[in-house]
Amino acid sequence: MYSAKVMDHFEHPRNVGEIENASGVGTVGNAKCGDIMRIYLDIDENQIIRDVKFKTFGCGAAVATSSMATELVKGKSIQEAMQVTNKAVMEALDGLPPVKVHCSLLAEEAIHAALWDYAGKHDIKIEGLEKPKADIHEGEEEEEEEY
Amino acid sequence: MEKLIYLDNAATTKTAPEVVEAMLPYFTEDYGNPSSVYGFAAKNKSAVDEQREVIAEALGADAREIYFTAGGSEADNWALKAAAEAYESKGRHIITTKIEHHAILHTAEYLESRGFEVTYLDVDENGVVRLDDLRAAIRPDTILISVMYANNEIGTLEPVVEIGKLAHENGILFHTDAVQAFGQIPVNVDACHIDLLSASGHKLNGPKGIGFLYIRKGVKIRSFVHGGAQERKRRAGTENVPGIVGLGTAVKRAVRTMEERTEKERELRDYLIGRVLAEIPYCRLNGHGTERLPNNANFSFRFIEGESLLIRLDMKGICGSSGSACTSGSLDPSHVLLAIGLPHETAHGSLRLTLGEDTTREDLDYVIDSLKEIVAGLREMSPLYEDYIKKNK
Ligand SMILES: Cc1ncc(COP(=O)(O)O)c(C=O)c1O
Repeated sequence: MYSAKVMDHFEHPRNVGEIENASGVGTVGNAKCGDIMRIYLDIDENQIIRDVKFKTFGCGAAVATSSMATELVKGKSIQEAMQVTNKAVMEALDGLPPVKVHCSLLAEEAIHAALWDYAGKHDIKIEGLEKPKADIHEGEEEEEEEY
Repeated sequence: MEKLIYLDNAATTKTAPEVVEAMLPYFTEDYGNPSSVYGFAAKNKSAVDEQREVIAEALGADAREIYFTAGGSEADNWALKAAAEAYESKGRHIITTKIEHHAILHTAEYLESRGFEVTYLDVDENGVVRLDDLRAAIRPDTILISVMYANNEIGTLEPVVEIGKLAHENGILFHTDAVQAFGQIPVNVDACHIDLLSASGHKLNGPKGIGFLYIRKGVKIRSFVHGGAQERKRRAGTENVPGIVGLGTAVKRAVRTMEERTEKERELRDYLIGRVLAEIPYCRLNGHGTERLPNNANFSFRFIEGESLLIRLDMKGICGSSGSACTSGSLDPSHVLLAIGLPHETAHGSLRLTLGEDTTREDLDYVIDSLKEIVAGLREMSPLYEDYIKKNK
């Protein structure tokens, strides 16, 4: 069902992890629908993305699109990172099954959310960047269960 | 693939070699049409009759009460649609549950669109229908109660004896989808007051695309497929003779091996459940602790998603299934897991492992070891796990 590229990125995801004191962090998606992506960006004073890490809760495509998105923005300028659309992520992965296209959108949104966070912290405006949809529910629907 | 550990026997099973062997002559040698007059076809007719006897005996029924269908879904459709039609002058209310297979649920929805009223009973946290709820749902115009014998996802056994009794006392027809139960646990239609029962060949080491509907004598259900006079004029179509022979052979075999096979499966199932719960943190068993199918284990692992888990298991040659949205083809996780009260997130992280007659303890040890590694790896990657750990530090 998945392309060899998707499987490769799922099996060996690039840039998994966290960045302490990251320049920007973005989390999108929600657990209800079964995918959450979090992207950490380390951006230097020239507005170049020096490092990027991700964590994802989700299906194979969610993991692969996050992994590919981090590869595509690493070492790029902020403006270049803005050009990394869901289409670009999909193309780089040799396509996704139609039901998984939303995963690539989520990857794009995660990058944007992290950039938005960075822009807010540094009080700058990034052209073309809009406030991310706040559809993650922090702390909502807490687990009551005992394990 | 070098290694294959198949733990998805609730999805389908391997057709037993003995079953295939019994079927083969009916393709190339004894291929006559059972309805034909000449002697050449006589063997086919008697083969079909013989299998009907075998199945009837397994259920404590009469051979004339067994109607062959093209599988469990058709039997479910037939039971609901035909019962609704036959009894609508008495009433238009049907009771079923929220955890039925889609072959029942979507048929019930169809009947709703045709003006029937359907009550979908809730279940408790183990997936068991509450008899008080059922009692309260019964109305003067209730014509049919359909409750599955055993659930296909979480393996929970329903109190069919009590449900049948209630239906019987109230003069309501009782249908049960026994697709998962038949061949795994003893089923007797009289003891449970069952009027209609669906079963399928491919869940009990028989072929796919063949099953049957048991219709109790006197239940006035009409034809579902119109045409020739096959199946006592209730289900037209030239009999799938090889399929019927395969089904009958599989049933005979399942009855013969049931005690020994399921005893072994129960032991292995409990070994699997015990080790997983003990060795993997933030994990729960879904379904009833003891009142469950001998071969079913269903877990939820918090902070991870089921499809990822399945692909990682597949890479290690292990076949399982999940109730996550990504594997159900919709945005919501399994309706069964939601019905037992799991939050969406936990339902997305579910894994069903259903053992087969060939499953060994060594297989399970390999699966458990793989599972520990995979779950830990996916959690390392999970933002939900990260948040949880930070919050509880
Ligand atoms: C409980 C239940 N009912 C019905 C069916 C459908 O049976 P079949 O695949 O033979 O149509 C299944 C199989 O998935 C099942 O598990």
